[in-house]
Amino acid sequence: MLDGRSQIKRRAGLRLWLSAGWLVLLVLVALLAPMIAPKNPLEQDLFAGRLPPFWVSGADPSFLLGTDSLGRDVLSRILHGARLALTVALVSGLATCLVGATLGLMAGYLRGWVDVVISRLIDIWMAFPPVLFSILLIAVIGPGLGSIILAIVIIDWTRFARVVRAEAMAQGAMDYVASARIAGRGRLGIMLREILPNVLPTIVVLLTLEMGIAVIVEAILSFVNLSISTDDPTWGGMIAEGRASIHQAWWVLVFPLITLFFTVLSFSQLGEGLKDRFDPVLR
Amino acid sequence: MADLYTIENLRLSLADMTRRPLLGTAPQLEILKGLNFSIPKGSVMGIVGGSGSGKSTLGRAMVRLLEPSSGQIRFDGQDIAHLSDRELRPLRRRFQMIFQDPLSSLNPRHTVGTLIAEPLRLHGFDDVQGRVGRALDHVGLPRSFLTRYPHELSGGQRQRVGIARAIAIEPDFILADEIVSGLDVSSQAQVLRLLEDLVRELGLTLAFISHDLSVIRRLCSRVLVLYRGEIVENRETAALFAAPEAPYTRELLSAIPLPDPDQPWG
Amino acid sequence: MSFLEIRNLTATLSNGMPILRDVSLSVAAAEVRGLVGESGAGKSMIGKAILGILPRSVRITRGEIRLDGTDLLALPPAERRRRIGQSCALIPQDPLTALNPSRRVGPQITDRLVDILGWTRSNAEARARDLLAEVQIPEPERVMRSYPHELSGGMRQRILIASAFAAEPKLIVADEPTTALDVTVQKQILKLIAGMQARHGTALLFVTHDLGVVSKVCQRLSVLYAGMVVEDTDVRGFFSAPDHPYSRALLAATPVYTDPEASLTPVPEAVITAVRAEVAAADRRAGRG
Repeated sequence: MLDGRSQIKRRAGLRLWLSAGWLVLLVLVALLAPMIAPKNPLEQDLFAGRLPPFWVSGADPSFLLGTDSLGRDVLSRILHGARLALTVALVSGLATCLVGATLGLMAGYLRGWVDVVISRLIDIWMAFPPVLFSILLIAVIGPGLGSIILAIVIIDWTRFARVVRAEAMAQGAMDYVASARIAGRGRLGIMLREILPNVLPTIVVLLTLEMGIAVIVEAILSFVNLSISTDDPTWGGMIAEGRASIHQAWWVLVFPLITLFFTVLSFSQLGEGLKDRFDPVLR
Repeated sequence: MADLYTIENLRLSLADMTRRPLLGTAPQLEILKGLNFSIPKGSVMGIVGGSGSGKSTLGRAMVRLLEPSSGQIRFDGQDIAHLSDRELRPLRRRFQMIFQDPLSSLNPRHTVGTLIAEPLRLHGFDDVQGRVGRALDHVGLPRSFLTRYPHELSGGQRQRVGIARAIAIEPDFILADEIVSGLDVSSQAQVLRLLEDLVRELGLTLAFISHDLSVIRRLCSRVLVLYRGEIVENRETAALFAAPEAPYTRELLSAIPLPDPDQPWG
Repeated sequence: MSFLEIRNLTATLSNGMPILRDVSLSVAAAEVRGLVGESGAGKSMIGKAILGILPRSVRITRGEIRLDGTDLLALPPAERRRRIGQSCALIPQDPLTALNPSRRVGPQITDRLVDILGWTRSNAEARARDLLAEVQIPEPERVMRSYPHELSGGMRQRILIASAFAAEPKLIVADEPTTALDVTVQKQILKLIAGMQARHGTALLFVTHDLGVVSKVCQRLSVLYAGMVVEDTDVRGFFSAPDHPYSRALLAATPVYTDPEASLTPVPEAVITAVRAEVAAADRRAGRG
């Protein structure tokens, strides 16, 4: 048993460091993008269109990862794209978490009519097809950063609410909750002091997962041209543009795609790693 | 001696989820079918019964984790059967509970120190740290345990923490629900001895729920035998063991395997 | 010769922590041996080692488990599994999780007969009906068509007993089979197991923490502490005069309603210290040897 734990710990440790490392790098890149980006991401140079990355013959070494069909530097666009991706991930992830976890915690612990109302709301909500719903939403309130975040929160809060509700319900049946009542704690106190700390690992996993999902949703919305203005570089927008010229210039598609992939993967792995760290038994 | 608890015609029904129809509400299952008994101040009352006898439900109704369907639970003269959570809160200092499974009844995310201090803080005691320390002394745990987490302790140690938490706020009454059934015999003996001493020292009134008559014999002055939600026998311990009256008590007693190959166990 | 012979069985966790220390014991045909100890003493591990169901993290480093003269540990895995399947069975502790909740009871008894022993389905079903009648289940036909959740805990344990005896095993390991049951049901189940064991002439290894239970069903017993056998004796001798100080302390700690003052004596610190020293000394000897 002891050994099993230490194995889990070691694996979780590596996972945690790799994923956290990538995300820290990304945050730095996002913050410093204007300084470290080799070119202006919006600057077009039609004479330098579709230049390949540096190791392919015919490349211009000043465009490390090549250029797109309008001659814009792919690397600089990825670096700038990180800003939007991370903003969306953080803000919408946290907001979704706050709304969903609060409602889930209330439904799961308070039960009764609170649970009935919230659960029905979740059921109804989940019957809407999410992507269609978000496209519709943005079509109504108009594109822009705020709209994307709002759309993600409105669609995804059920993800938190459902899981946290089930978890809070299970924890609520534990004797330590009865014990806290015997000790004289009120309902709000039990919810925040007794149940929340035990649901927190689940919330953290969901939160990081949600951040990954937010990055993808933003990419999808950019892909269908519903994100921010088309000028601002976004990973989804780059992927959409790259798709058109995949046979002539694969790098325009592939580099943002790889970045997106590692980012989403890192978010989910960060969550798993943190969950193990949070567990007092494994710690 | 005055009675601390007087229970009159106590009934309690819960929804039977196993027989819940596809549509509509689950039928009510009557767990406690009109119980009448009292617990004198300073006594140790054993409550015994098999699974499904309603002994744990009775305990949880007495400390008002459950609300009875009807009847009275008078605690020191006041009927607490239908008080709201808010009305109960000041009373909660006076009746405490120790649970069967200390691992699930001690929040895994709190340290021993926090766990014992919690009821003290909630009831506005002064000198919380001093009281926590003395509670630890009482149950025979070193002060170094204050910063430990429940999972780092053995079963017997955890149960001591549960006891320390219950006695720290100086209650009048403690309900002990199967508190040794998960323990090995050696820690079982220690925890029971400890409880015995504490009851005497602190002048507590104790209700001790157990399925094990052997343990009850040692600890309790009176025994209440429950069978399917009804009291079948309520007598002084020595008298009950000398000549059990109810057929169920006799069956229960004769089923206990004594550690003795010569015991007739027909 | 005993049907089961365990010699010097030593097992460790993968981090090297020993959990069985040089365990030797035997069970003759038609004999019942109790394995007694507190949690963590390794009593269940011995049963699991015999049945080849040790957790992944436990490794047997030394010793023999001889079934009918053949050392199981020396056999190739497939052959070992075949032997165990043919001659051993388990009565588990928790009748709730030991039966698959989403399958009817009947097939759960007959599967083993059909799959491992190659019986025809109709023969196996007839056998299951007979056995359910033998464990005193009324309406065996109806019970075989039931799902586990429709039956009481005592009923489920009866089914597991019937299932264990189904293939006429030579050895049954009963792992705390009545711990989850009420004392009145426990008595019925213990009598049932003892009766079936005597009728079928099965060797029985009875794992329990309850000395009262041991005195009712076992002929011999091994007392374990920290994976080491501290006493191996016959039941009558044990309860009249236990040999090892730890055994004596264990017996004195057991609650006995006929003698409330003397029972429930906590195990003295000195006894624990002494038996720990014994374990440490054994470890040093093993380290040198």
